[in-house]
Amino acid sequence: MRKKSKIIASSLIALSLFAAACGSDDKASDGSIAGVAFDTGGRGDGTFNDSAATGGEQAASELGVEIKELEATVDEDRKANLELLVTGGAKVIVGVGFMFTDPMTEVATANPEVAFGIVDGFINGACGDPITLTNVACLLFAAGQGSFLVGAAAALKSESGHIGFIGGQEISLIQEFEAGYTAGAKYVNADIIVDVKYLGPAGDNSAWGNVAGAKEIAAGWYAAGADIIYTAAGGSGAGTIEAAIEADKWAIGVDSDQYLTAGTPEAQAHILTSMIKRVNVSVFETIKAASDGTPFTGVKMFDLSNDGVGYSTSGGYLDDIVAELDAIKAKIVAGEITVPAMP
Amino acid sequence: MKNQRLQRVLVTSASSLLAVFVALCICAVILLITGKDPIQAYSTLFGAAGDIKVLQGTLNRATPLMISAAAVAIGFKMNLFNIGVEGQMRVALLATAVAGAAIDLPAPLHILFCLVVAMATGAIWAAFAGWLKVKRGVNEVISTIMLNFVALSLVAWAFKSFFTADTAPGVLLVKTKELPPSAWFPDIVERRLNGMFFIAILVLVLFYVLVWKTKFGFQLRASGANPGAARVTGVNPKRMVMISMLMSGALAGLVGMRALLGDVHAYQNNLAEQQGFNGIAVSLLGRNHPLGIFISALLFGYLGEASGRLQLEDIPKEITTIMTGIIVLAVVIINEAVKRWDDKRIQHKAALALATRVVAE
Repeated sequence: MRKKSKIIASSLIALSLFAAACGSDDKASDGSIAGVAFDTGGRGDGTFNDSAATGGEQAASELGVEIKELEATVDEDRKANLELLVTGGAKVIVGVGFMFTDPMTEVATANPEVAFGIVDGFINGACGDPITLTNVACLLFAAGQGSFLVGAAAALKSESGHIGFIGGQEISLIQEFEAGYTAGAKYVNADIIVDVKYLGPAGDNSAWGNVAGAKEIAAGWYAAGADIIYTAAGGSGAGTIEAAIEADKWAIGVDSDQYLTAGTPEAQAHILTSMIKRVNVSVFETIKAASDGTPFTGVKMFDLSNDGVGYSTSGGYLDDIVAELDAIKAKIVAGEITVPAMP
Repeated sequence: MKNQRLQRVLVTSASSLLAVFVALCICAVILLITGKDPIQAYSTLFGAAGDIKVLQGTLNRATPLMISAAAVAIGFKMNLFNIGVEGQMRVALLATAVAGAAIDLPAPLHILFCLVVAMATGAIWAAFAGWLKVKRGVNEVISTIMLNFVALSLVAWAFKSFFTADTAPGVLLVKTKELPPSAWFPDIVERRLNGMFFIAILVLVLFYVLVWKTKFGFQLRASGANPGAARVTGVNPKRMVMISMLMSGALAGLVGMRALLGDVHAYQNNLAEQQGFNGIAVSLLGRNHPLGIFISALLFGYLGEASGRLQLEDIPKEITTIMTGIIVLAVVIINEAVKRWDDKRIQHKAALALATRVVAE
């Protein structure tokens, strides 16, 4: 790595010719710049976006890179922010969320010397044939696999045989959570009842922060006999936790370990587990790979086999069934269980 | 007479400028309280103007704002508050994306066809609110807000159920079938400034001519200023409500066209979101006048374009949102104060003129 830097430093002209080949030429741990671009709604949701931000912070402290963060307010901001990060000198840029698909394709094509990564996004020219973009990585998560495990956990822990799933926007990204959860629950108990509801249609951004809406649905289901509810709806999940506290039932968190982010002991006492989607790992690894001089390209799948997704055991509520869950996990990794992508 | 009009224009512009200045001062205080350096923030904010890309981006962002502000303003002119521009825009976006992709026409006709479809659907969606107001006396503020929710859900459902095009496996971003290139609105500066900018200017010019230079415009303003008097002179208020609602909706339909015909070329979730709502603020700041709307759309476009640079200086992006909010508030408050002062001034002058004449006689 160090040797490579030296060569590059001594042959700047050659570098400009081979700009495309040398995606990231910086020396590790010395204030090179990495950018993280958030979508509208961005930071402060306690789960998905904050997890991405944690990955950036980890890169800052462990790799010594300088992290620049930009958050979009309107449509036009996505492309503008990616360009600002490029002109700001970022050598690697991670876009958080699939809405960056088109803007990133455009900006990455115009800036082949910069490495890009997109969380939850699949960019055709970069990750599907034919490959035309070699400086973009699609950071994908097998959220269905993680959801399968928490679904199995819910079925094993449910006393009433009645559980629930609350989704954010009704889009395929979130339906994958639902499909995995339901399949996992039915794998353990074929007769289990799974209530399903979404907080909003596709395009309704309030679905990611509708605490009151999630609470109302959850309170209704708890009153009707459900005892565990899994919520994959960004910040709305706080509503389910509130309802779980009031009804003294269980909630399941998403993306981050919500036992750790919940804060209050009452909340912690009602968070059975969380389906963990290690967005932070994907962000950190993308920045690290680029700063090592070997930037990611193409599909980077984060699944159970590389612990890109998983479940949390904070609180110790799952201690008695961890062995069973790990057996299921092994079967999924081995391909003996296939997790459906759509409900 | 001419002199008086000029004076009024000067007073109005001065009060709007004062409002912007007051807002900048208040934001400086907010920046200071949060421990940021306002001078550094403002030099970043206004320093961005030196970049040609920023100027192109400003005009590009101002395009939908101008149209949506005109849509709001035409309602305001007769005391109709159309908050439904967002919903009307959304319905028009999907309808145009679907209709535009379904047919094949030579380039200029295809674009024209798309614009007409957009205006027609926007107008139809707005007609519900107009009809409710005229026939059932439902306040348009309530009906348009409610219709926004209906539009959002209806469009999301229709898009998902019928109109999503097949995507390559793995792609999460779903869209409608892409419009053929003949329906693409040409760019002025490639991928930076779309030609819809000229349409927006045209809308503002037509808006001016229609409202200030035609008999219909006079009736519109008269019904807004004094419905009773207008009715006495033979203006049918219900007809005026319906027509202005339809026109407002037709313009609302055009709001999303820069994003659809000029950028993405297909419908996708969240396309052009908020542009209908942002028009309300632009219209308020521009005092419902085309020139004012033009200038305030540029200001809002510029603030949007510069907010990313502020974030890079560790100044939260919310500061530009706060700034636009305070500017609008300041405009409303200062305008009212100035209007009272101006009325008093004119009354005083008139009284003085009258008094001198009496004395002279």
